[in-house]
Amino acid sequence: MMDEGTELSLTIAQIVQRLKATHLHSQIERQAKECLHRPEIQLESLKEDVRNFLKASGWERKLQNAVYRELHVQPLPSHPAAPPEHAKEPLAYMRKAQVNWEKRILKSLNSMCTELGVPLARKRPAVEQKELTNKWNEMGTDEPDLSRFRPVYAPKDFLEVLISLRNPNHDSSEEASAKSHWGLIQVPLHDRDIPQMREAYSELSLTTGQLGIDDHTHVPPDLFESEHTGIGKKVVNEQDSAAAQQYSRQGCPTGLRADLWALILNSTNEPEDVMHYEQLKAGVIHHDLLVDNLIYKDVKLTASNDDYYFVFEDFLYQVLLCFSRDTAVLEHFSYNSATPPKSYIQGKVGVEEFAVVYPPNGVIPFHGFSMYVAPLCFLYNEPSKLYSVFREMYVRYFFRLHSVSSSTSGIVSLCLQFERLLQTHLPQLFYHLREIGAQPLRIAFKWMVRAFSGYLSTDQLLLLWDRILGYDSLEIVAVLAAAVFAFRAENLMEVTSLTSAEVSVPFTEATGRPRRPFNSEGHAPHSDLPVRHCHLRT
Amino acid sequence: MSRNKTAGYKGPYGYQKRREGDGRSCVRYKCGLTNTIQDVLRQRPGWMEVKDDGEWDFNWCDVGWLRENFDHSYMEEHVRICHFRNHYELTRKNLMVKNLKRYRKTLEREAGRIEASKCDFFPRTFELPSEYHLFVEEFKRSPGSTWIMKPVARSQGKGIFLFQKLKDIMDWKKVTPCDKQTHTDTEQRDETQVESYVAQRYIENPYLISGRKFDLRVYVLVTSYIPLKAWLYRDGFARFSSTRFSLTSIDDQYVHLTNVAVQKTAPDYDPEKGCKWQMQQLRRYLTARHGTETIEALFKDVDNIFVRSLQSVQKVIINDKHCFELYGYDILLDQDLKPWLIEVNASPSLTASSQEDYEMKCCLLEDTLHIVDMEGRLTGREKRVGGYDLMWNDGPVYREDVNLETLGSACFTANTHLGCVNDRKKQLRQLLKPFPGKKRI
Repeated sequence: MMDEGTELSLTIAQIVQRLKATHLHSQIERQAKECLHRPEIQLESLKEDVRNFLKASGWERKLQNAVYRELHVQPLPSHPAAPPEHAKEPLAYMRKAQVNWEKRILKSLNSMCTELGVPLARKRPAVEQKELTNKWNEMGTDEPDLSRFRPVYAPKDFLEVLISLRNPNHDSSEEASAKSHWGLIQVPLHDRDIPQMREAYSELSLTTGQLGIDDHTHVPPDLFESEHTGIGKKVVNEQDSAAAQQYSRQGCPTGLRADLWALILNSTNEPEDVMHYEQLKAGVIHHDLLVDNLIYKDVKLTASNDDYYFVFEDFLYQVLLCFSRDTAVLEHFSYNSATPPKSYIQGKVGVEEFAVVYPPNGVIPFHGFSMYVAPLCFLYNEPSKLYSVFREMYVRYFFRLHSVSSSTSGIVSLCLQFERLLQTHLPQLFYHLREIGAQPLRIAFKWMVRAFSGYLSTDQLLLLWDRILGYDSLEIVAVLAAAVFAFRAENLMEVTSLTSAEVSVPFTEATGRPRRPFNSEGHAPHSDLPVRHCHLRT
Repeated sequence: MSRNKTAGYKGPYGYQKRREGDGRSCVRYKCGLTNTIQDVLRQRPGWMEVKDDGEWDFNWCDVGWLRENFDHSYMEEHVRICHFRNHYELTRKNLMVKNLKRYRKTLEREAGRIEASKCDFFPRTFELPSEYHLFVEEFKRSPGSTWIMKPVARSQGKGIFLFQKLKDIMDWKKVTPCDKQTHTDTEQRDETQVESYVAQRYIENPYLISGRKFDLRVYVLVTSYIPLKAWLYRDGFARFSSTRFSLTSIDDQYVHLTNVAVQKTAPDYDPEKGCKWQMQQLRRYLTARHGTETIEALFKDVDNIFVRSLQSVQKVIINDKHCFELYGYDILLDQDLKPWLIEVNASPSLTASSQEDYEMKCCLLEDTLHIVDMEGRLTGREKRVGGYDLMWNDGPVYREDVNLETLGSACFTANTHLGCVNDRKKQLRQLLKPFPGKKRI
């Protein structure tokens, strides 16, 4: 292990290197040059004066925010002799599992491609380009025939992969006992227990005010809400990312949330961001990708059918189609255990010069992917801003929910955390559910993969995501999943099958999550998501 | 209460005058509708349906029944019916506008321009054919503007169309005589033989969410006009048009009309899609986009619409202590966040479009019945009953208690919570005594 001093210098060097390439750097440089004309800048104290100017004019704060952002997306420091894949994922067996999973996905994608005779990418003819440009704001009106396309995979398939994970160095030959893990995830990862989490999440203690609880109508606002909102306004005025992140732990007021999240994520909407977005849009217009169809299908199946998010259908296309083409996203693969799929120009399979990352951003959407974006539409309605926020959220958090890794925010850890919490604190319930063939994870997995999007009402979801941002961790998602089971424990003790267990958890009634409408004959809502349609052809 | 017959409830308590705290334990009701209200009435403890000519204490009737029977019925003091005799002064488009215009004039005369401008929440409207010339003058003053033609007495979006050229209504005028015969609404017999229309300036810059137009449905319960007592329900919804808004296709009525009834017939209507948002969802969305203060001001403007529209017909409506009425207000927002009154419905649809909608309407109707209070459980001094907040009680109602100490402070907030949390169950538990003869659960 390196000593702290070397580690720090290395980190600083890396950050400086990264920031040197940004627009912010040239802006600050220009500001520094221009301020030389100002009367308060004296030659004798040039350095000090320029520094003070930059501080007073808010540029130092912007730089601080940029550095803070870099710290979020830095790969973990590692031994100088460690190969780069260790930054992605230190454990070899996890890396292997991820690689195998990716092979399956890619095979599935390629065979869909061959079967349907649809190319992975094709240039649009001029007529089609013009049509798409005109229709850009209402792509939802298009009803292309998507029946032949299937989602490449659904969370259910991914769960099976996680269940089969084994650490080859772990001796699991012991007799099953009360001490052994009852859940589906059988890997020995470390996680925090309740007392440790209580310390870590101290702002969520019962004695601290929270938005979502202490701002209820019957609670006088001067007890918490007014002051908290006042502080929020100050944070926004100060434009301080770190303060915003800390603040968000107690929830963001509805009227300030959009600004606060943008601050935490350091998502700007400068001309260069808008231009970047416009370039991506141009990419969409010029080329049609096979994954576009997957995106269309996903939006139609999930967000468009959602009582809260159907309105935002057009935004979802505008964001997701551009996202697929954004090569800037490739950066995050340095700390993501996943590797972008490569495709080869026809006839040159295996020849590296003819390898192309596919899709350009390296992320293959799966069933439910659009639900990562949908709640954000509630906060931002300028496409470039919405895009900027979503992309940052993806490269910080969401990617961890569908890749195999040992990260504490990774889905494997979340699943394990969930199961351990249940086994420790609700052993009777866990045992009962196991006995009836209703492993709790099979119910909770889909909630966690989506960070509860589509399962909680929007206001509650946004409060949850406030805390994800505030604590820079997805751990709380696992705790919430366990809490839901605790909340419904009484009902769940009565159930006798997996299906009735699914129905007993609150996401169809009491918490206000709307169901799909029924038709006039009063028939029950449509059957569940057509997960049966999607299968991996191995 | 059957025709030409006196009726009164003579039960175990003998002849019962409606006294505070001494309500009925058995209420006989008549119900002319077959939707949610049926379920609500049936489930209410101690309420029994009477058939045909039986005597009743409570009548949830449709306006047709009202027109035919109201004038011939004698109602005991305790009896309640869900409409005011001449509600159409508020709910017929031409009469509503006439009353509003007159009220505005009065205000201007008595209180000045600024006060009168608070009534500028309805678009320029003219009744046709009577105000045709005035309309043409206004039309010519704003070239290129879009207008909407609405029949005064029809509902669910029937007969409505948009136009931008006078030529379009020339054509319509020629065509309409034949259509009049198919029109079965007999309400117009009260007013005029020729079907009336209103021509209204179309709001060309509606507030759009993701390119889609929507309007708001809000519920207001009036239990008395003189003095004016009105309650505002916290829940409501925003109804979205299923297609994106554009002025280029004014023929496409599916784009412009947000009525669920119309949307249901649109070719790409997907009942699974659901085109409604709960009011809470909308309020949160708007607050997230524009900030708390701006949206609070918006909802204050919306309150203003309810109060003034009711005040404008206060002197015209035949007040009757037997009557109460649940109105469905249709409000449209424009891009400057100004709310506009589209119309008021005396019989807002009680059919449910989804499970969620059903539950909301059940609660709305239950609370309506709580306020009508056949059981005599209320004191009459309540400011909130379930999801209803008392909005106007012969004067504005404030959240804060107005007394000698608070009188000096400038800051009173209106007692309305449209789109806010509706924790009605809890509130009702604390407020109401159990039904007579029933133990508290």
